[in-house]
Amino acid sequence: MHADTSTRTRSGRLTQWLVSGPPFVFLCIFFLVPAAIMVVASVRYPGEFGALAPLFGGRPGEDSGITFENYGVFFGDWIYAQIFAKSFGVALATTLICLVMAYPVALLIARSPRKYRDLMVLLCVLPFASNFLVRVYAWMIILGPFDLLFSRFAVIVGMVYVHLPFMILPLYTNLEKHDPALLDAAQDLGANAWNRFWRVTFPLSLPGIFSGSALVFIPVLGMFAIPEILGGKDDWLVGNLIKESFLGTRDWPFGSMLSLMLTAAVLAIAAGAAWLAKRGVARA
Amino acid sequence: MALLEIKNVSRRFGDFTAVDDVSFTVESGEFFTLLGPSGCGKTTLLRMIAGFDLPDSGAIVLDGVDLRDTPAEQRPIHTVFQSYALFPHMTVAQNIAFPLRMAGKADDEVRTRVREAVAQVKLDKLEQRYPHELSGGQKQRVALARGLVNRPRLLLLDEPLGALDAKLREQMQIELIRLQRGVGVTFVFVTHSQAEALALSHRIAVMNHGVIEQMDEPDKLYGFPKNRFVADFIGNVNMHEATVAATGGTLTLELGTLGRIAAPSREGVKAGTGGVFVIRPEQVSIRAAAEASPDPNQFEGVVNDFLYIGDVTTYIVDLPDGKRFEALLPNSAPGRAKFFEVGDHVRLSWKAEAGAFLDA
Repeated sequence: MHADTSTRTRSGRLTQWLVSGPPFVFLCIFFLVPAAIMVVASVRYPGEFGALAPLFGGRPGEDSGITFENYGVFFGDWIYAQIFAKSFGVALATTLICLVMAYPVALLIARSPRKYRDLMVLLCVLPFASNFLVRVYAWMIILGPFDLLFSRFAVIVGMVYVHLPFMILPLYTNLEKHDPALLDAAQDLGANAWNRFWRVTFPLSLPGIFSGSALVFIPVLGMFAIPEILGGKDDWLVGNLIKESFLGTRDWPFGSMLSLMLTAAVLAIAAGAAWLAKRGVARA
Repeated sequence: MALLEIKNVSRRFGDFTAVDDVSFTVESGEFFTLLGPSGCGKTTLLRMIAGFDLPDSGAIVLDGVDLRDTPAEQRPIHTVFQSYALFPHMTVAQNIAFPLRMAGKADDEVRTRVREAVAQVKLDKLEQRYPHELSGGQKQRVALARGLVNRPRLLLLDEPLGALDAKLREQMQIELIRLQRGVGVTFVFVTHSQAEALALSHRIAVMNHGVIEQMDEPDKLYGFPKNRFVADFIGNVNMHEATVAATGGTLTLELGTLGRIAAPSREGVKAGTGGVFVIRPEQVSIRAAAEASPDPNQFEGVVNDFLYIGDVTTYIVDLPDGKRFEALLPNSAPGRAKFFEVGDHVRLSWKAEAGAFLDA
């Protein structure tokens, strides 16, 4: 009996490794290794014709070895902090607008008869069936006649439009799981429609709000296509800066440094949010 | 004046009539039970009283006021749900405080009342736990405390003990009775368990197919069922087709090929009326066939099987014409657990006052 159990456990563990192994290896190679390359690249010099200078044995007159010059440039000029702040502002605005617009939609789908829900979700993701750039260009045609193009407004409209489904889906997934008996109970115990939402539905949907917000906020931070197409010359965001470093000036080290700073900022915000959430729970 | 009046209430869903012209009243302080099999309309009725559904016709009146235009959240009626429906993101204390907060009570009062309610259902020290950290019985208590804390005029309980195991259910039944007497709140209890209904209620309404079959106190319901459905649904019963042979001081019944028996008389029953004779297993005496019985009704038979429960044994006895009777024998004789074996010849007998003839 005991031997039997341990065999089953051992084979179970083997299955576990076989199933989780490949994605683990994949992540190591295609996520950790590039990240490590970026870290290294950010402390090197650009090559003579762009990209990266060799680490050792460069030709005479060429810079080689390790340098923190890029970080010096970043912290030495206000313009980068300003672009970061602007990017975070746009990402925050986009996230909030998406949240306000997506919540009623997600709630509507979650409270619809089960047989219509799949269709409604399908309609929400239908825009993905056409090319992203084409859809953004379509907004040029829509906004152009109203003289709204090439503005911060146009950028946010485009951002919200593209990212709305990423807010709707996690919210719907969360709301759909709520036990309808809880709303009955709340009403029974004296809660009006607003209190039923604010005291029951909303707090229970916080996990959905958090994951939806992450799915919108982070991609918006790195987005360069929308500001480039719909934004004015003042609407460059971090994404454009990074893209320009790699493809325009071909200064890979500088682009790598910017990417890392962006990642660090996102992680700092996530940690801050987690800390706040924890404190909120402890207090409640 | 009755606290709650249900006046000719009907509710239809398409072609299906869930509640069909039901009327009854519940007095203040009463423990009233709606008992019936699933689909009998008891839950529909409860939802209409709570305000989640409206009757198609008829009226639900509380304290003399028709509740038709009062939404659920404004009715002084709270419900203990079958699934408890505790708010998972709130602690025990927050769950119990919910109805008080909704009623706009001041913080001080909320704290005092929550503390009282917690003590009442013996949940001390668990106030800061979340529902997922509680056992089934504890969740049940939170749901009860939450339903009672704002002192509703009426507490509705929708099969609240259904999810508990047998031992805990018995314990909670006793606590429910104690709690109901203690707080003096009127309970309307819905269940499909006749044992639960008998144990808890002041009065029981037995429902079937959307109508009330009989409404009575537990002992009357059990002792004097009005029709076959009630006799069969409440407790165990021997039920056999019978025809009235003669009326008089006692009723003489023709029990098919078995012969004639004496049964309690009933008003308005004429000779020739067909129906059933019903008798509870504990009213049927069983003894060895060789022993004599003073009872007027007696038949010899063979033990076909028996169910040993512990305190009692139910003997299933086949009579010569194939009719089957159950007889209950207490195992109270010291040092003795079993009286008869399968195949034993036994004598079944009962008094002329036992059992009843039902033609409905």
